[in-house]
Amino acid sequence: MLNSVLVANRGEIARRILATARRLGIRAVAVYSEADADLPFVADADEAVPIGPPPPAQSYLDVAAVLAAARRTGAAAIHPGYGFLAENPAFARQVLAEGLIWVGPPPGAIEQMGDKINARNLMAAAGVPVAAGSAEPVTSAAAATAEAARIGYPVMVKAAAGGGGIGMSAVAGPAGLAAAFETARTRAERFFGDPAILLERYIERARHVEVQILGLADGRVIALGERDCSVQRRHQKVAEETPSPGVGNELRARMLAAAVQAGQAVGYRGAGTVECLVDTAAGDFVFLEMNTRLQVEHPVTELVTGIDLVEQQFRIAAGEQVSFAPDQVRPRGHALELRIYAEDPVRFLPSPGTITQWEEPAGPGVRVDAGYTAGNKVTPFYDPLLAKLCVHGQGRAEALARARAAVAAFGIAGLRTNLPFHADLLASEEFRSGGYDTSIVSRLRP
Amino acid sequence: MAEVRAEMVANVWKVVAAEGAQVSDGDTLVILESMKMEIPVLAEGSGTLTRLHVAEGDIVQEGDLIAVIE
Repeated sequence: MLNSVLVANRGEIARRILATARRLGIRAVAVYSEADADLPFVADADEAVPIGPPPPAQSYLDVAAVLAAARRTGAAAIHPGYGFLAENPAFARQVLAEGLIWVGPPPGAIEQMGDKINARNLMAAAGVPVAAGSAEPVTSAAAATAEAARIGYPVMVKAAAGGGGIGMSAVAGPAGLAAAFETARTRAERFFGDPAILLERYIERARHVEVQILGLADGRVIALGERDCSVQRRHQKVAEETPSPGVGNELRARMLAAAVQAGQAVGYRGAGTVECLVDTAAGDFVFLEMNTRLQVEHPVTELVTGIDLVEQQFRIAAGEQVSFAPDQVRPRGHALELRIYAEDPVRFLPSPGTITQWEEPAGPGVRVDAGYTAGNKVTPFYDPLLAKLCVHGQGRAEALARARAAVAAFGIAGLRTNLPFHADLLASEEFRSGGYDTSIVSRLRP
Repeated sequence: MAEVRAEMVANVWKVVAAEGAQVSDGDTLVILESMKMEIPVLAEGSGTLTRLHVAEGDIVQEGDLIAVIE
């Protein structure tokens, strides 16, 4: 096993990774920006190194500062978490060139999947279903119009190098296309440093369902079930659950097999997620993209399988076997994750501030992955995720009941949070029935 | 005279309108950024943008004056 690891991230995910490292006796090093010095993850680490001012470009995205911290602390490995440097193949290569262990997939796999156009082409060649869409970058509004006419409306316009829903928009007809294209291109350049845009056929009334895969040290790729991530605002996930209420056994088997094929096609190692769109009317799915890292919503998979995914990442990175029998995984019960954001619960606008009260719910089947506690300041520099409230139950009804009680018991004061939205979601007939799709939030908040 | 104030703590990402310019109700004056979200600040009413209190890269607090339209 690894003897030490530096976690190149912040907030709840840094804390999550540090917890497993410490449980396994791995010396755990944190890095932090000036804005985060008082956060729990800094105190949780065996050693913590300041790496710069609050803006991400000067701290968490500063490759030289992160590598210097690794050298200074003698860390043997780097775990990037999600976001920041997690899907940056150049960073992964530098980590390896420094003689460190990269707790992530091979840089080549990150690169191949990071470009969504390349990923689509690769998946199509490997026999994984993809939606009608661009096989090469769309470089002008005029080209976008021609491409949309070929694909057929409605279309989704998005950044090839993108993620997190940034710059993405669905367009119903030719009238809105030029504006959507310009928005996508501007944001793509700003956030991802790459203006390449692709168009894809937009599926209405779709569910967003993803499959957790693990590429083992011996080269096998296995699937650990799916997560339904259809509850989204601004194309960003708000709540996730497993199993998906919209996926039957036959469709699940096909999706898991396709996800394994996708991983095999790029020689995948470690934890990854194959995101798909499920067309609920047709009972079919298409590949959307692959996230080559630990996913935010990984806890729901952990709750139903009993597998610590971060431990498996460490084991695979060290060239060891996983801690469970890969062919004997039987998910049990139902799990739900609610993302607690620092934002107003109606318009979902950011609400930074100082946390004056922080009371976490507890009890059977309740897990809270929190990045903050009372007294902490939530700054505008990073994403609004405060904590992930996760629950597990024997069935969906029990999980939902536990979630309702846990939301009511979560006491956060000093800033606005979306806890009231989660209460509304859990009370809504559409969510309770399980028959929802990616537009559920727009119906709950018209 | 209308004062435009910041709704939340944010960084000023882009200044779109220039001091002295004629603006119409709903025009974007500046674009703030908070928690990885862009938040356009719009003119509430038409007139002359007589004062612009922020520059790109500034950090504004909730309630801070951003612009004055007369």
